[in-house]
Amino acid sequence: MTKIAKIPNRRIDLNRRSFLIGGTAAGLAFGYAAVSGLSGVGEAFAAGSFGPTAWYSIAPDGKVTVMVGKAEMGQHVSSAMAQIVAEELEADWRLMTIALPDNDPKYNDPVLGALITGGSWSVRMNFDAMSRAGAAGRITLIDAGAAMLGVPAGECRASNSQVIHTKSAKKVSYAKIVSDGKASKAWTADELKAIKLKTPDQYTLVGQSVPQLDIPSKTNGTAKFGIDAMMPGMVYGKPVMPPVRYGASVKAVDDSAAKKIKGFVKAVTLEDKTLTTSGWVVAVATTYEGAKQAADALKVTYDNGPYAKVNDDVLIAEAKKLQADASSGQLFVSAGDPAAAIGGAAKVLEAEYLTSINIHAPLEPMNALAYEKDGVWHIHTGNQFATRTGGLAATALGVDPKQVVLHQYFMGGGFGRRLDGDMVIPAVLASKAVGKPVKLIYAREDDMAMDFTRPLTYQKVKAGLDADGKLVGLQHDVVCAWPTARWGIPAFLTPAVDKKGALDGFTVNGADFWYTVPNHKVRAVLNDLAQKGTPSGQLRSVAPGWTFWAVESMIDELAHASGKDPVDFRLALLDGAGANAGGAKRLANALRTAVGRSGYGATALPKNSAIGIACVSSQERATATWTACAAQVEVNPASGEFKVNRLTLAMDLGTVVNPNGVQAQIEGSALWGMSLALFEKAPLDQGALQVSNFNDYTPMRMSQMPDIDVSIISSNQPASGCGEPGVTVVAPAIANAIFNAVGARVRSLPITAEAVKAAMKA
Amino acid sequence: MLALTVNGQTKQVDAESDTPLLWVIREHLQMTGTKFGCGAGLCGACTVHVDGVAVRSCQTSAKDVVGKKVTTIEGLNGGKPHALQIAWVTEQVPQCGYCQSGQIMQAASLLAKNNDPTKQEIVAHMDGNLCRCMTYGRIQKAILRAAADMRNQSGS
Repeated sequence: MTKIAKIPNRRIDLNRRSFLIGGTAAGLAFGYAAVSGLSGVGEAFAAGSFGPTAWYSIAPDGKVTVMVGKAEMGQHVSSAMAQIVAEELEADWRLMTIALPDNDPKYNDPVLGALITGGSWSVRMNFDAMSRAGAAGRITLIDAGAAMLGVPAGECRASNSQVIHTKSAKKVSYAKIVSDGKASKAWTADELKAIKLKTPDQYTLVGQSVPQLDIPSKTNGTAKFGIDAMMPGMVYGKPVMPPVRYGASVKAVDDSAAKKIKGFVKAVTLEDKTLTTSGWVVAVATTYEGAKQAADALKVTYDNGPYAKVNDDVLIAEAKKLQADASSGQLFVSAGDPAAAIGGAAKVLEAEYLTSINIHAPLEPMNALAYEKDGVWHIHTGNQFATRTGGLAATALGVDPKQVVLHQYFMGGGFGRRLDGDMVIPAVLASKAVGKPVKLIYAREDDMAMDFTRPLTYQKVKAGLDADGKLVGLQHDVVCAWPTARWGIPAFLTPAVDKKGALDGFTVNGADFWYTVPNHKVRAVLNDLAQKGTPSGQLRSVAPGWTFWAVESMIDELAHASGKDPVDFRLALLDGAGANAGGAKRLANALRTAVGRSGYGATALPKNSAIGIACVSSQERATATWTACAAQVEVNPASGEFKVNRLTLAMDLGTVVNPNGVQAQIEGSALWGMSLALFEKAPLDQGALQVSNFNDYTPMRMSQMPDIDVSIISSNQPASGCGEPGVTVVAPAIANAIFNAVGARVRSLPITAEAVKAAMKA
Repeated sequence: MLALTVNGQTKQVDAESDTPLLWVIREHLQMTGTKFGCGAGLCGACTVHVDGVAVRSCQTSAKDVVGKKVTTIEGLNGGKPHALQIAWVTEQVPQCGYCQSGQIMQAASLLAKNNDPTKQEIVAHMDGNLCRCMTYGRIQKAILRAAADMRNQSGS
């Protein structure tokens, strides 16, 4: 067995303190509201209800309202939180409801210490807290119910929102206990910690595909998204965006034509102290159609700033220059001596991998409704990072973050886009300027042009095989903008293993894979030009969306170079040695499952058709979900055109809270991965994203969907996330399938027919 | 003032006659089940029925529906659950849910004229409706389920 250097556990160590001390160059304070806001939460904790913790309350009619600090953007996390609470509470699922609290720090993520939703972290990081909250309620209700029944609490159990005396079968409902005012205990943190939770074999609700609580309202038009917020007396804002993504400033605004538009109020030029936006103007009018017409009528002149010439080629050239400089960047992984190992290798492979800029394009465009009332700023919008976004609004307004209340809504798609808070800036500044509530809505064109994108990435991988075809060393350089570093929150950065300060681990996660490679180095390099000129963000799956593109392509190239089957080659590397114990074997199992169900090697396929495989440990090493994909592809060798006929996925995510919900996330994320791999690209030219609407940025449509086969592998291991890993595994599986079909190796995303054809000639 | 018939009720709207129907429904009438996605007829989130025909409300001027019957998601099937809405829950279709009003309205116009569509007919009819969460597989299943339920109910 090969001994390898211990890979440090890079578990993210975030706590409230680290958030509160965080700040940006712009002096951003982190937001938290001292004033309570959302009506649903107030009602839930109304007099006569029982709330043993902040996480839920039980009304006198027995209805349980769970306060969901997580952003609900279609991953049904709100329902999952309620399901975990209900398991220990022994509540009747039909009595469970959800409410979305405002940015009150008591709803902070118990592990992350902030109101933030991302990373496929939510179920993993909230399982324990929600379980304890549920159990606290059950214990209190059993005590109270036993007293009401005149029996010892030790002889009672709870089930279906009832306390039952087992021997006599006497029972009393939670509703009766609460309405009689018999349950009132509030639990302390220490008391919660001391509770003995159920063991997985005792679960009756976790693991069941109960219906998602948010779904009925999403079939009849009653679900409320941020864009649906209304306020009496509100006016509308429509942004006017500058001709470049970042760095422009407004020289002059001529509103003479806009003044002729019915209902025009004002053109507001943003002076954004947070530096989130640059060169934005908001046209305000009494109707949205008026604001849109006024925006079109405004004549704005700009200084386009220092990044008006950047384009994809410039960013790639810059990345190559940085990669070639050995002094640039910091090390994320350093094990053994890869340079020496590769130097002595029998065969050396070296390749460049690229991924394009991609945008989120959630179907609900960015929006926010903002107004000031009694010295408190209220903002209605759906947001994934209320802690930071509230702080952005406060900084933009120059007020104490305690005076900003973010009212949370369902999100019409998040995918990481709503981790950013740009949409609140034009809303609050326009509202301040006109002294009225302003409902600000980006047109689709604004939303696309100003996306905080998945950054363009350039990766170089060099690897060596010994005479037996064994992988002895691998060097992996990742050059891109650093989206998470842009937030300016030190707790989100990762200490470099070469002690050269902190790096943005969310650009290299995944490169610290579970294959046993004795000599392994991963370098993270910031592309500063991209960082400044094209502010990037977290797009569903973040780094593993590009690191595994490189890793799983290169591993396949190495397998072919060594004359081994790509499945066998991977399984041999997943030996579970040293720090790879446990996880590598789970990944191998997921790989065998997907491969087996795909018919790989067993089913005869037509000429120019093949199955390609990939396996990943997204998102981070410490939060891995074990995911594999087999993609079946047919290629037209004359044109390079290809069709993905079938995706077979297997995912081991430990404890599965809601199998049908997990299935939905795997389906959606796998199609996202395929859409990014084939259909989505946001070209950068003249400092601007060359996308305007769904005619030129073209996510997958129904007619482009392949067959999908999903296997969920569950166990008693802690619950892992399922919203993102599927995104990361599909692109390399498709590229590997194309190679298996026609021998064309494509190393750039998205994969085009032209690239396939060119690679066939190569 | 424009007089519009929406979900069987006549509404007086103080809007310019060329205002897109979408904004009249969403902001003037504050019926927010109909969604704004692209403003260019490219995504289908704003789909409503005008005299029973599925149209993109962002591409339809308010003046063009005067004297016609506008139906939104709130008024589909007279406000009683439509077979599609029941099937949407059974198949657990929505993720973020933002496109789903438009998907259901688009699908309803198919089933109104063909209660036994093939998968190919469903794809052809639904391909203009974007779902960014990519719930397409479940949308197909739900339409097939709703069609079967409608056939069973009508005894055909």
